[in-house]
Amino acid sequence: MTRDPDFEKLKAALKAAPASDPAAKVAALARAMDAYEDSALSGQGSNDPPRSTADRQPKAGFASGVRKMLNALKLKPVLAATTSAAALAVGLIVFLPQSEAPPERLAAPTPVAPAPAAAPEPAPEAIMTRKATPAEVAAPQDGVADLAMEAPVVEPSLSGLPAPDQRALPPESAEQFANADANPVQVTRDAPVSTFSVDVDTASYAFVRDSLMGGYLPDPEAVRVEEMLNYFPFAYPAPDVGEAPFRPTVTVMPTPWNAGTRLVHIALQGRLPEIEARPPLNLVFLIDTSGSMDDPNKLPLLKQSLALMLGELRPADQVAIVAYAGSAGEVLPPTPASERATILAALNRLDAGGSTAGAEGLTLAYRLAESMTAAGEVSRILLATDGDFNVGIDDPEGLEAFVARKRSTGVYLSVLGFGRGTLDDAVMQSLAQNGNGTAAYIDTLQEARKVLVDQLTGVLFPIADDVKIQVEWNPAQVAEYRLIGYETRALRREDFNNDAVDAGDIGAGHAVTALYEVTAPGSPALLHDPLRYGAVVADAMADAAATGAIAEDAPELGFLRLRYKAPRETVSALIEVPIVAGTEVTQDARFATAIAGFGQLLRGSVYLGDWGWDQAIDLAEANRGEDRFGYRIEAVNLMRLAQSLAR
Amino acid sequence: MLMETPDENLALAAASGDRAAFAALVTRHYDRIFALGWRLTGNKAEAEDLAQDICAALPHRLRGWRAEARFTTWLYRVVVNAAHDARRRAAVRNRAADGWGDREIARQDAMAEDRAAQDWLMAAMAQLPVELRDTVALVLGEELTQAEAGLVLGLSEGTIAWRMSEVKKRLRAMAAEEAKA
Repeated sequence: MTRDPDFEKLKAALKAAPASDPAAKVAALARAMDAYEDSALSGQGSNDPPRSTADRQPKAGFASGVRKMLNALKLKPVLAATTSAAALAVGLIVFLPQSEAPPERLAAPTPVAPAPAAAPEPAPEAIMTRKATPAEVAAPQDGVADLAMEAPVVEPSLSGLPAPDQRALPPESAEQFANADANPVQVTRDAPVSTFSVDVDTASYAFVRDSLMGGYLPDPEAVRVEEMLNYFPFAYPAPDVGEAPFRPTVTVMPTPWNAGTRLVHIALQGRLPEIEARPPLNLVFLIDTSGSMDDPNKLPLLKQSLALMLGELRPADQVAIVAYAGSAGEVLPPTPASERATILAALNRLDAGGSTAGAEGLTLAYRLAESMTAAGEVSRILLATDGDFNVGIDDPEGLEAFVARKRSTGVYLSVLGFGRGTLDDAVMQSLAQNGNGTAAYIDTLQEARKVLVDQLTGVLFPIADDVKIQVEWNPAQVAEYRLIGYETRALRREDFNNDAVDAGDIGAGHAVTALYEVTAPGSPALLHDPLRYGAVVADAMADAAATGAIAEDAPELGFLRLRYKAPRETVSALIEVPIVAGTEVTQDARFATAIAGFGQLLRGSVYLGDWGWDQAIDLAEANRGEDRFGYRIEAVNLMRLAQSLAR
Repeated sequence: MLMETPDENLALAAASGDRAAFAALVTRHYDRIFALGWRLTGNKAEAEDLAQDICAALPHRLRGWRAEARFTTWLYRVVVNAAHDARRRAAVRNRAADGWGDREIARQDAMAEDRAAQDWLMAAMAQLPVELRDTVALVLGEELTQAEAGLVLGLSEGTIAWRMSEVKKRLRAMAAEEAKA
C-alpha cells in the first residue's frame, strides 16, 4: 500500500520534518528533569527552592497556568490537593458501572477520554481494584491528561456540576423539537374515527425533567404528553400465554379537570419478557464521538451507560462498536458479550473530537449489524448522539429514507440522546420512528439504568411491529372527543388498514397509554353548538338505540381497533374491543391522568379550566401506589418545582 | 553505555528513581516527540510547546509504565493523546481547531505562485479529517505498521487499513482537482 505514488509523495513531505530547535530542546529537557525531581519517582524528593518557570512562553495558556500554580504550591499542598482528588473520586464510586471490571483492564494501559474534569473513570477504578495511594490516583496510567485529573483540584466548580444559579436561564441552544399543535376537540358526527400510531418513546419526560432541574420551564414544544405517560411503569393486565402479544384494557372515568366530560383510558400491555428464553441479541453501538460530545453529560455518561448495560447481556449476545466523527471507524469488531473486558476497553478508548459524519457511520453500522444477524436473532443499532448531525448529511430526509429502507432488513434502530444544547430532537424522533425503534433521552446515570438495564428487554426485543390504534366513537354516547397527546403520531383513517404504512412498535413488557377526553351529547361541557339541521341524524341514532342495534344496558361509547404485525411479518392482525363504562378505575389509570394533566399544564393547554398545579400534585400524590423505584414521587416533586417556576 | 540500554529498561529504571536513566531516555526521544508533534499539528511552534508539555509530564506518566508495550508505542500514544488534548483545548477556547487549518488559511491568503512540496503537504493534510491525519502521521510519517498504528490509536488493524484506503481516495480526488486547475 505504501508503494502508492500519492502515499510516497505524502510520506516524503512528512518525513521532511523540520529539525528541532536546540534551544527549545534544552529548555524542554530541563523541564523534564525538574519535573522528575519534583515527582515521587525521584529518590531524593526535592527540598530545593522553587524553580523558575519563567522560561515558558506566556502563550502556553491554561496548561502552563495550572502547572505554574501547582509548582507554586510545591510539594506539601500538592499532596494535600491530590488527596482531595482521591476523596472526590471515592465519592463517585457509587455511580460507577465498572465496579466488577476484571483485573486485565488495569494491566492494559487504555487511553481514556479525558474530557476535562469530567471522566471520573480512571481514578475510582484505580481505587477500587487495588489500594492506590493518593499520588497514584493523580497519575493516570494511560499517560493522557494530567490536566483532566488536576482540574477538580484546582477548581472544583469545573467538575461538571454547575451551581444552580448558573443555570437559572434556559441556555441558548440549537435544539429542535418535534411537535405539533395540541389535538383539537373533534365533533363525533363530523369525524367519528380517530387513528394514531402507538409511541413508546420516553425522551420527552427526560427533557422536561432536565429543564425543570435546571431551573426553567421546558419549551412547550418539547412536551409530548404520550411520552411522559410512557415513562412510568404501569401494572396493566398482561396478555395470557397464547394470546396476542399485547393486551388492551379500557377504563372510563370522570375527568378531574372537567365535571362535564369523561376520560377514556386505553392501556396496552406488552407480553412480559421471557427473560430466560430470549433469542441472542446482536448490538451495534453507533457512537457519536464528534467534538460536541466532549461534555460531562455526553460521552462520559454514554460510556458509563453502555457499560451498565453490558452487565445485562448474555454470553451468546454480540456487541460491535462503530464510532463516527469526521470519518467513521469500526472501533470494535463483533465480539461476544462474554468478553466484557475487551468491550469495556474499546468503549473507554473512545475520545471526542472532530465533526459528525452521521450518514457514513450509519451505513457502516447497518453493514455490521446485517453481517451479525443469524436466523432467529435480533439485531439492533443503538445510536448514541447529542443529535448534532451537522456535517456529512446535507439532506436529513435522505438519511431518514435510508433508515426506512433498512427497516426491511430486520435491523432495528434506537436512538439514545445525550446532553442539551445541540440536541436535534426532531431528527432523533424521526430516525427512531423510521428505524422501528425507540428514542430515549439520557440525562443521568439513573436514567441510563432505567432505560438500558431495567427495561433492557423492552428496549431491545420487539414483540409487535406497526401497532396502530383506531377508535370509532358512538355519536349516541360521545358528541365530542379529544385525544390527549400523540400529536406527532396521527395517522389518516385509511392508513389503519394499509399495512404498508409504518407505525410504532411495542417491545417486550412495554406499556402504552392513551387518553381521550369525551363529552356526552347534551352535556353542558360541549364546546360545539348542535347543528340546526343535524337533528335528522340524531333521531336516526336514537331509533337505532331503541331497536337494539346499540345495546342500552351497557352502552358502547365507542369501538377500539388495534392492528399489529408480529415482528418481521408483513400482514397485520386485528384486535377489537368495545369501549364501555363501568369497569374498575385503577390507581395506575388515575396516576396516568395526573401525568396527562402535568403535560397539559406544561403545554399551556386551554382545556384544563382552573384545574392547576395543586390539583395535579394532589392527584399524583394520592395515586403513587407502590412506586418501588421512586419514579412517581420524582414526578410529584417535578410538578412542585414546575409550580414554583411557573409563578 | 546508557545509550545502548533498551528503552524499556531505561524506563523501568527511571520509574524506580534512576535520574540518569530518565535523562538518557528523554534526551534520546525528544526529537521523536517533536517530529511526531509536527506531523500531527503541522506547526513548529505548536510542536515545540507540545514536546515541552510532554517532557514535563513524562515523570508523572512513567509511574504508569508497566512495560507491556514497547516504549515507543507507549510514547506515541502519549504524544497523540497530548495532541488531541491540545486540539480540544484550542476548540474550547473557540480558536481554530488545529494548526493545519490555520496554515491552510494562511496558504490560501498568500496563494503564492510557488507550489513547493511543503505547500502541497499543507493542503493535503488540511483536507484530511483529524482522524485520518493522525493515522497518516503514524503510518507514513513514523513508518509504523498498520498493526502498530492500531496499537497506538487503540483501533483495530482493519480500521487503520480502512482509513489508509480512505486517505488514498482523498489524495486521488485532490490530484484530480489539481489537474483540473
